[in-house]
Amino acid sequence: MTVFQDRALVALVGGVLALLVVASIAGWILSLRVTSGPGRATVDNINARIRAWWMMALIFAVAVATGRVISILLFSFISFLALREFVTLAPTRPGDHRALFWSFFIVTPLQYYLVWIEWYGLFSILIPVWMSIFLAVRTTLAGDTEHFLERTAINQWGLLICVYFLSHVPALLMLRIPGYENQNAKLMFFLVLVVQLSDVLQFVWGKTIGRRRVAPTISPNKTWEGLIGGVGCTTLIGAALWWATPFSPDEAGIMALVVTTMGFFGGLIMSAIKRDRGVKDYGAFIEGHGGMLDRIDSLCFAAPVFFHLTRFFYAL
Amino acid sequence: MIATALAAGSRLVCGASVRWHCDPADSKQRIYYGNHSSHLDFVMIWSALPPRLRRSARPVAGRDYWERGALKRYLAGSVFRAVLIERGQSDKASARAAIEYMAREMGNQYSLIVFPEGTRSLDGQVGPFKSGLYHLSQLRPDVQLVPVYLENLNRILPKGESLPVPMMSRVIFGPVLSSNGAEDKNDFLLRARDALTQLKDTR
Repeated sequence: MTVFQDRALVALVGGVLALLVVASIAGWILSLRVTSGPGRATVDNINARIRAWWMMALIFAVAVATGRVISILLFSFISFLALREFVTLAPTRPGDHRALFWSFFIVTPLQYYLVWIEWYGLFSILIPVWMSIFLAVRTTLAGDTEHFLERTAINQWGLLICVYFLSHVPALLMLRIPGYENQNAKLMFFLVLVVQLSDVLQFVWGKTIGRRRVAPTISPNKTWEGLIGGVGCTTLIGAALWWATPFSPDEAGIMALVVTTMGFFGGLIMSAIKRDRGVKDYGAFIEGHGGMLDRIDSLCFAAPVFFHLTRFFYAL
Repeated sequence: MIATALAAGSRLVCGASVRWHCDPADSKQRIYYGNHSSHLDFVMIWSALPPRLRRSARPVAGRDYWERGALKRYLAGSVFRAVLIERGQSDKASARAAIEYMAREMGNQYSLIVFPEGTRSLDGQVGPFKSGLYHLSQLRPDVQLVPVYLENLNRILPKGESLPVPMMSRVIFGPVLSSNGAEDKNDFLLRARDALTQLKDTR
């Protein structure tokens, strides 16, 4: 089935593009009204973010629409960029070099290859079982015991977050859901849309009425008002998008609630890591957003939970 | 085309963010001098240059390394057009000859990429400068000296490894080193090294 025959997918993509048009117009009006002061910097940042959203939405929509291979390639490339940012912050030593080379050039492609050939059994244990053993062995063979425990643990976790967790997004394409055959691209679209929309709405609610901080020691920007407003709105939007999923309206709402909650904690975990390493952003890859890892932190932690809930309750 | 692909590939692996504190569009002849910690160093400086300047920038490299194997010979000769010099000869006459050769190869159109420490540092610290940079600047007082600080490349491709691990890196082009006629060799080398290490803390 091609994209254009799936009217629900066309509606999803069209909806996102319409949303971006509205956002761009709103950003333009803001830039006319706020011409000076600290508000101007916020407006410029918002407009940079909107421009980047156009790019990201178009790339993602094209990947989803052109099919499995391009989607898998896109996410493997995102994993590569994310892992590159993660490893930069890790306190690696020369003894980690060979194991890290494996992580980038063998393990990452292999994980996504398993998604491509739909070998679920190995896909789900390659990194947590095989590679957690193999890479530890490889690092041990290098013979450097300085901070050995931290180094192996950090590199392991980087691979888990940036590659293993994220690979659960295209892995949605391998689920067999009765009555929903060949439509899994929409499930992937639903997950990414809900997670990213939740990030945006938490940002908007937080900026407008945010007062009380959720986790003052971790992130100054996350407020209770932003969290409740963002998660609440996204849950309602998720429920309203039930027609694109195998879920009923209230199930879609519950899924959206779980996914956004996981996404919130994902963002918090990744912020805590940044705090620990003494940086504000993971990089500067996406204008206005920071690095790739800053953009996908919530997705990484939401994807495996969404994948396994869907698999357990809906797939064969 | 190979040059463009190579520049894009190394920027992908090294995720470099590039900063300029001098005019990147200025086509005056320059000597870019950087800190040396990896085989990737000159490739990174070279690929961070705007394409127009890239075509006229030639790295100075060791003949013994770059003439081993057909691929290296091809890259050094046709892609980078490297200025290859003999290494490991410590007598003054051959050192003098190497400097004169570099100055000659610059002609009136090429810029050079050099690493005044002479060898790769193991821990990423900038070592003392050898005197080559001083003599080169004496022979060619007309060209600009530009310090280039390279960060993290020793983690991407450390000494002794042949395969890179991708990481984010920074390439910082400093302001042109001012000329100070009345300076002796050691003062000049210290000042040039300071200009380079100071870039570490710039954003």
